[in-house]
Amino acid sequence: MIQIENLSKTFTLHNQGGAEIPVLTGASFSVAPGDCVALTGPSGAGKSTLMRLIYGNYRAASGHIRIGQLDVAQAAPRQIIALRRETLGYVSQFLRVVPRVPTREVVAEPLLALGTPREEAIARAEALLARLNLPERLWSLSPTTFSGGEQQRVNIARGFVHAYPALLLDEPTASLDAGNREVVLSLVEEAKARGAAIIGIFHDEAARDRLCDRQVDVGVFTPARAA
Amino acid sequence: MSGKFFEEFSQDFSKNLWGAPQPLLQVEGLSKFYGARRGCADVSFDLWPGEVMGIVGESGSGKTTLLNCLAGHLAPDTGRVLFDTRAHGMQDTVTMSEPERRMLGRTDWAFVHQHASDGLRMNVSAGGNVGERLMAVGARNYGDIRERATDWLGRVEISGDRIDDRPTAFSGGMRQRLQIARNLVTGPRLVFMDEPTGGLDVSVQARLLDLLRGLVREMGLSAIIVTHDLAVVRLLADRLMVMKDGQVVENGLTDQVLDDPQHGYTQLLVSSVLQV
Ligand SMILES: Nc1ncnc2c1ncn2[C@@H]1O[C@H](COP(=O)(O)OP(=O)(O)OP(=O)(O)O)[C@@H](O)[C@H]1O
Ligand SMILES: Nc1ncnc2c1ncn2[C@@H]1O[C@H](COP(=O)(O)OP(=O)(O)OP(=O)(O)O)[C@@H](O)[C@H]1O
Ligand SMILES: [Mg+2]
Ligand SMILES: [Mg+2]
Repeated sequence: MIQIENLSKTFTLHNQGGAEIPVLTGASFSVAPGDCVALTGPSGAGKSTLMRLIYGNYRAASGHIRIGQLDVAQAAPRQIIALRRETLGYVSQFLRVVPRVPTREVVAEPLLALGTPREEAIARAEALLARLNLPERLWSLSPTTFSGGEQQRVNIARGFVHAYPALLLDEPTASLDAGNREVVLSLVEEAKARGAAIIGIFHDEAARDRLCDRQVDVGVFTPARAA
Repeated sequence: MSGKFFEEFSQDFSKNLWGAPQPLLQVEGLSKFYGARRGCADVSFDLWPGEVMGIVGESGSGKTTLLNCLAGHLAPDTGRVLFDTRAHGMQDTVTMSEPERRMLGRTDWAFVHQHASDGLRMNVSAGGNVGERLMAVGARNYGDIRERATDWLGRVEISGDRIDDRPTAFSGGMRQRLQIARNLVTGPRLVFMDEPTGGLDVSVQARLLDLLRGLVREMGLSAIIVTHDLAVVRLLADRLMVMKDGQVVENGLTDQVLDDPQHGYTQLLVSSVLQV
């Protein structure tokens, strides 16, 4: 489902003397449907960078990122948008939303974008918010003023409301209490069971051991840096 | 009734969205000079049905010049602007006859100006402003026109009891919303917007953006939005084009251009604002 081939990424800071920051070189691995792969490695190794490259949020310097039929490294914007709408979900570390939009709409939005009838989309969003124990009185409010853990649960609900065939999870259990952490772990297990290919970053080792079939050490792809 | 009219359009385009066989607009080598001064130079891009493209860049970088060339308000010096017309497929709007271009301006295109006074008739009632555009495409039944005008005022959150007021009696945000209603009532396929939220309070801006987002989504519109506000493009645009000195320096998926800018100028632009 997801195939990374010889992927490299360097940041060039044009306004800081053209400094080059090589972050990844020759990254290669793949994730089959139903598999969960953990990205590991020390802070700054490039785990989040790799995940953003796969989502098309960062631009690859070279190499391929194949998700189903599409090579994200070569794709046109509209192809990446279609991929994100239909195929590739992403639970980022931070929620970014349009001001004024109520939580239930924020969560239903991925379904509405797919053409799901409004009533059904809202019902599914609410069911997920309830499962994640987000108090019902918050559903009609914008999540911009929510606590970290509440925002994280809105973010997770948004990422699981549609049954994406591929999922990227950046620290999905961070800032959650034990009960909600358990809900998230079951959501990931259910996604695996229905055949989703999942890539995750988990500082939570117990979660990683329970969910992941394999680990990819991103440190291996760190280029030798000039001293 | 207006609901049905509206549905026909949205259905028509949801079919086409993203799976469309060809772009709605193809711009090739477009340049416009004001004497020796460069307005915009050698601009090329494709816009697909349902896509929203943002154009950002510093003051004087050629954004308005480009938009005016695309919308047929200015004649470019070189280049082609191909638009997928309903009747005849791809047509170069630069070389088509003036009446044909004017017809597109009344039907398939809409233009939302930065200053509402450039896009509205200030001495005509709100209902008249919306109705006028309908009459320009042949609507004649007064009751029907008024009903559709009322419906559109509602959509842009202007209460029906203001229908007989003139825009001079409206706030800046209301005028902008009226301009949007006037433009969208005829079900255009391509909307040009020049700084649609410029000069408005932040809270009023947020409300307008929310409204625009909803309408663009519901109607499956394609749009080109000029703005200097990176938060606006982050929220509204699928794609982003960055201009400097009349030229396009970078062009791509909006969040990629903002989060991983490749060009030095874009890096400067992005790093000069607080988190967007
Ligand atoms: N947009 C960017 N521009 C410039 N450099 C960047 C950018 N994003 C990441 N980097 C650099 O890439 C390197 C890898 O960062 P990344 O965030 O991917 O690490 P990580 O493995 O996720 O670390 P952590 O475990 O601390 O989250 C760092 O040196 C970082 O400064
Ligand atoms: N009618 C005109 N006659 C002469 N020069 C013009 C005319 N209109 C624009 N220009 C020049 O063309 C260049 C591009 O102007 P344009 O209005 O397109 O910029 P812009 O990007 O829209 O700027 P802003 O963000 O300030 O609206 C500028 O150098 C401007 O001075
Ligand atoms: Mg990280
Ligand atoms: Mg301008």
